[in-house]
Amino acid sequence: MKKGVMRPGHIQIRVLDLDEAVKHYTDLMGLIETDRDDQGRVYLKAWTEVDKFSVVLREADEPGCDFMSFKVVDEATLVQLEKDLIDYGVEVERIPADELKDCGRRVRFTVPSGHAFELFADKKYTGKWGVSSVNPEAWPRGLQGMKAVRFDHALFYGPELAAVYDIFVNVLGFYLAEQVLDPEGTRVAQFLTVSMKEHDVAFIHHEEKGKFHHASFFLDTWEAVLRAADLISMTDTSIDIGPTRHGLTHGQTIYFFDPSGNRNEVFCGGDYHYPDHKPITWKAEDLGKAIFYHDRVLNERFLTVLT
Amino acid sequence: MAGFQVISRTTGDHFSCQEGQSVLKAMELAGKKCVPVGCRGGGCGFCKIRIVDGDFECGKMSKAHVPPEAIDKGEVLACRIYPLTDLTIECVPQPEAAFEKQTTTKA
Repeated sequence: MKKGVMRPGHIQIRVLDLDEAVKHYTDLMGLIETDRDDQGRVYLKAWTEVDKFSVVLREADEPGCDFMSFKVVDEATLVQLEKDLIDYGVEVERIPADELKDCGRRVRFTVPSGHAFELFADKKYTGKWGVSSVNPEAWPRGLQGMKAVRFDHALFYGPELAAVYDIFVNVLGFYLAEQVLDPEGTRVAQFLTVSMKEHDVAFIHHEEKGKFHHASFFLDTWEAVLRAADLISMTDTSIDIGPTRHGLTHGQTIYFFDPSGNRNEVFCGGDYHYPDHKPITWKAEDLGKAIFYHDRVLNERFLTVLT
Repeated sequence: MAGFQVISRTTGDHFSCQEGQSVLKAMELAGKKCVPVGCRGGGCGFCKIRIVDGDFECGKMSKAHVPPEAIDKGEVLACRIYPLTDLTIECVPQPEAAFEKQTTTKA
């Protein structure tokens, strides 16, 4: 049952070289730089997003993901969910307001797969970029590169998926939209949603804790995914695989890497989810088709290359 | 041919690498497969090699895969190595987790 978690709010990504990373996420992917802070972090957003930022880049000597944060409907919900997490036995850390500029207080917790997540209720509302909220035009001029529409979801690799499921589903009110089961019936992949999207966050089983597979950004059309592929070639950006379609979620997709080796996805389409939908199951024996619907074989890199 | 020669002592492959070009990029362009290709950005550690002989410059690499002491031993990531002379390289065995996963998915 939904408990007031609304949607992905932001993700903080570690990069080896900040300038190269900013160029990648703005010039190539089309995010817009909205601020920087005294820690040197860069704040970015996609043009349709109404809050001030959805991606934060932090220079570090090891790439990967620091945390992903979900926006909840209001402060009362944040108070309740913080209490629910503590009651469930999850250790929470309170991050004060404005630790990230123009963002309210955040409740941070680490799930057994080794990944840090946060909840927050408030962030500065700046509106969609380049269009008015009254009689808005269809899209703004001046967008760069892939013209990413929104930060959509992230995929993490780590152990203890069942314990992670319990926190997301039973405490935070996510739904299991899709799963991969091995022949013994163990869930080795779980796609979780709090919206009509097929996933807001996903996990795939991996022995090592805390690994980051990709951050994904939505595009409107298959044509836009093909155009993204053209831009990846034009800029000699490191490609992983695609354009292709996933079996899981049925999204049309392309994967590539930022200059520090963090994987990015841009995709369009995909299935939808309502709370009365039962989970879709893919068999681990058919993982090739589940992940790459056209090739029906796995690209080893997709399963093993992580930051 | 211009450029530096890179020789893999593990597989016997050799290919040329232009000045300012990474060893991994040169290998991919030459159609060789002696080093596994990952993110190509110094982040994932997939293309770890050992430089047995020769001089090189390095770009930024994840400290998780290449701590400072590893660079002194020539244990580096092929995607972030730019030869200054001909190089002899060795492939470093993949981490066990990667092997396990590969076995599972091929089965």
